[in-house]
Amino acid sequence: MSKPNFKESITAAVNNATLTGALGRFSEAYKVNRQKAYEGIDFEALRTTIAERKNYCATRLEQMADLFQKNAEALGAKVYRTNDPEKVKEYILKVAKDNNVKTVVKSKSMASEEIHLNHALEGAGLKVDETDLGEWIIQLAGQKPSHMVMPAIHMTKEEVSVLFSKAVDERLTTDIPRLVEVARKELRTKFLAADMGISGGNLAVAETGSIVLVTNEGNARMVTTLPNVHVALVGIEKFVEKFEDITPILTALPRSATAQLLTSYVSIITGPTENTDGTMKDLHIILMDNRRTEMANDPKFNQAMQCIRCGSCLNVCPIFRLVGGHVFGSIYTGGIGTILTAWFDKLQESEDIQGLCIQCGNCVEICPGKLNIPEMILEIRRRLVVEKGQGLVMKSIFSVVNNRSLFHAMMRTASITGKPFTTGKFIRHLPLFLSDLTDGRSLPAISATPFRDRIKKIQQPKGKEKAALYGGCLIDFAYPEMGEMIVKILNKAGIEVLFPSEQTCCGAPARYNGAYEVAANNAVDNIKALLKEDVKYVVSACPTCTVALEHEFISVFESLGQTEWLPKAKELSAKTFDFSTLIKKLVDEGRLSFKEGQKLGKLTYHDSCHLKRTMKVFEQPRELLQKAGYDLTEMFECDMCCGMGGSYSIKMPEISAPILQRKLKNIKDTGAPVVAMDCPGCVMQIGGGIDQDGAKVKVKHTLELICDQLK
Amino acid sequence: MFDQFKTRAEAVGSEVYRFKTRNDALEFILQFLQKEEVKDAKDAYAVWYDGPFLAGIDKNELASKVSGLKFEVTRQNTADAKIGISEVGWALTDTGSLVSDQSSVASRLVSTLPAIHVAIIGSDRILDGKPAVFEKITPKSSRYIAFITGPSRTADIERVLTIGVHGPKRLVIIFVDELGGAN
Repeated sequence: MSKPNFKESITAAVNNATLTGALGRFSEAYKVNRQKAYEGIDFEALRTTIAERKNYCATRLEQMADLFQKNAEALGAKVYRTNDPEKVKEYILKVAKDNNVKTVVKSKSMASEEIHLNHALEGAGLKVDETDLGEWIIQLAGQKPSHMVMPAIHMTKEEVSVLFSKAVDERLTTDIPRLVEVARKELRTKFLAADMGISGGNLAVAETGSIVLVTNEGNARMVTTLPNVHVALVGIEKFVEKFEDITPILTALPRSATAQLLTSYVSIITGPTENTDGTMKDLHIILMDNRRTEMANDPKFNQAMQCIRCGSCLNVCPIFRLVGGHVFGSIYTGGIGTILTAWFDKLQESEDIQGLCIQCGNCVEICPGKLNIPEMILEIRRRLVVEKGQGLVMKSIFSVVNNRSLFHAMMRTASITGKPFTTGKFIRHLPLFLSDLTDGRSLPAISATPFRDRIKKIQQPKGKEKAALYGGCLIDFAYPEMGEMIVKILNKAGIEVLFPSEQTCCGAPARYNGAYEVAANNAVDNIKALLKEDVKYVVSACPTCTVALEHEFISVFESLGQTEWLPKAKELSAKTFDFSTLIKKLVDEGRLSFKEGQKLGKLTYHDSCHLKRTMKVFEQPRELLQKAGYDLTEMFECDMCCGMGGSYSIKMPEISAPILQRKLKNIKDTGAPVVAMDCPGCVMQIGGGIDQDGAKVKVKHTLELICDQLK
Repeated sequence: MFDQFKTRAEAVGSEVYRFKTRNDALEFILQFLQKEEVKDAKDAYAVWYDGPFLAGIDKNELASKVSGLKFEVTRQNTADAKIGISEVGWALTDTGSLVSDQSSVASRLVSTLPAIHVAIIGSDRILDGKPAVFEKITPKSSRYIAFITGPSRTADIERVLTIGVHGPKRLVIIFVDELGGAN
């Protein structure tokens, strides 16, 4: 069960115009600037190197720590290694006591936030000042960072002005350069007076015993130069083996974090240096584990050790830019934060926040450490279900989905029970607590005659070549006319279409909710049904289903350690095509052709998450639509999620709705009277949104638009 | 290579100059100090960290020319200075960065605490990127390797780029052709 205040915090965040405005503007600018920063760089090659080098260390943590310790200590640094956050605090307090430390200045360290270090130091009577501007702001505000790179991104200049005014006891305006100047003056005296400096470490180089600090403000240079004692608190995920390994990371980190070619300052510190009074620096490097070794040893989560903490997964996340960091309720926020929270705090702590991920895959595309965050979040979901059991509502839904005939019977029933609420093609209102489902979006009416019944009445030429059509719930029960058009189109190419009636739910709903056993049962049923007859192609016009058939059946079996159906799953995968890819292939082979000279007017195209990012299909439907005679106008953020996310829109309507509104605006801004897409789920979401919005835009699956244009 | 560096460095807010001879560069620096109203008062000093550029130059004479110019780099002097002057190791064309061995605390003080950092470098010290510079400078011989790319900056308040939060507000880079490989 969600904590009651979780949903409230989401609603508050989504309705906080300052927050969503700042984050929205940032994410839009970030996308463009990041791309510019990476110009001339082979990002795939770069991130492959980073992932490989980081993984090398993650599989040899003990060895890396030994090597680092040996090298750093040979130069006079003191290295302390522990798994226990309490020991870290004890150690730093002891160093403070030994050196008669009264005041501490800190440069940004997420590892210190992770263990609530300031609280411990202040509890022991030390005066601690954060010196990174963003960290100082949230320290003054008594808050937690909302973003690992930009901790105070949620605050306005007005709020900062109030905080600073109180700190310096002077009424300040909201002029940002003036506020920054105040921070410079105020913190300068603290730097000069401090007895101890505490920093984090962006990298720790094992073969040289170096730590690398990457900053923009210059505070890390002060923290590591002015006080006579320097403590660097470094999580052991920061290891690289060789000095040359820092080059790819220094190339990616600033570009991915803030779209800079390089930050203003990079400091590579290798052993103690001289203090301003001529003594040698008392340099302590703490290598903190705090369950990182355990994470590295977990086959599903070891990839998380490849994270370089750039925060770019937050910057491209359609959910993060709506809700910000604080709804995550812990130190690390966003998608990566969900994973780190599950490990560094505990699995249970991630129960609410893991549900925020809509599985759009934006972060997978841009991650410089090659992490698959959505995949790890699904694994968290799966483990939570294993540990705590499925929620009651979900359980009853899956008992239906798991039972093919019951599922189909209920969908038929829904076509009748839905009637009282249906106007035309949409259900506009649902009773009582279900009303949230139609908030801002009408749902399609369940068709009276599903596709599985309709196909029996279609007269098809008996061809040599056969294709099995995988309908998926939406085409089968909500949009059966789409199924009829697929048959018509493939018939034109001389292909006979079969609809194996034993096919059932693709298992995506179960998988996205952590019910892997249910998903595996769905997979077996479908494999049996679709491979029963010898067909050349298995085609689906729903990308979520296509991804299930092509990839997920295999990965679900692998996750559960089931090998029996793996070879068949691979056979099915090899035959599976999404609609547009198959049709483009048939057009290229000359088996299908378009009517000549059609002028069909302006159209814009929405990329569906699974098709674009998992299947990497985005050119094919555009080419088909243009060949058909449409004039393509791209919308802003054409490949940003529409907010559907399967059952996400039901579980998180407060987030799904504003995402949909952004999408609708981007569609309408093109002025195109038609928007095409390749996913019936997106058709349902966007079509329902347009219906309630009242805009004169037709929402169509690509197949509906090209069907009659093919000869 | 100089032009490439200049483009990149200026893009991040550095000021880049180039002179043929050491005398020209020195002349420029002295004028610069005058323009910035360096004087013998707190927050108006200039502190110059000795290096090969000054070889053979009479520092006492220089100091007598400019009131407030000091060659003794201490914590207090630099904390009270407006301008810090030092020589730097290499310049990188790919990011517009300066890279130096700053193992000596004095080299960090002059380039960190004052509001303006004037960085002097030989025109032949330009490299194309990190792999090239790591051929020249490694942790084996340098305990504190510093990359400096433009002035200190922050965008922590409303993502508005603001220059000069803790470190220098201006970075003035002076290339000297004649300096050759002297530094």
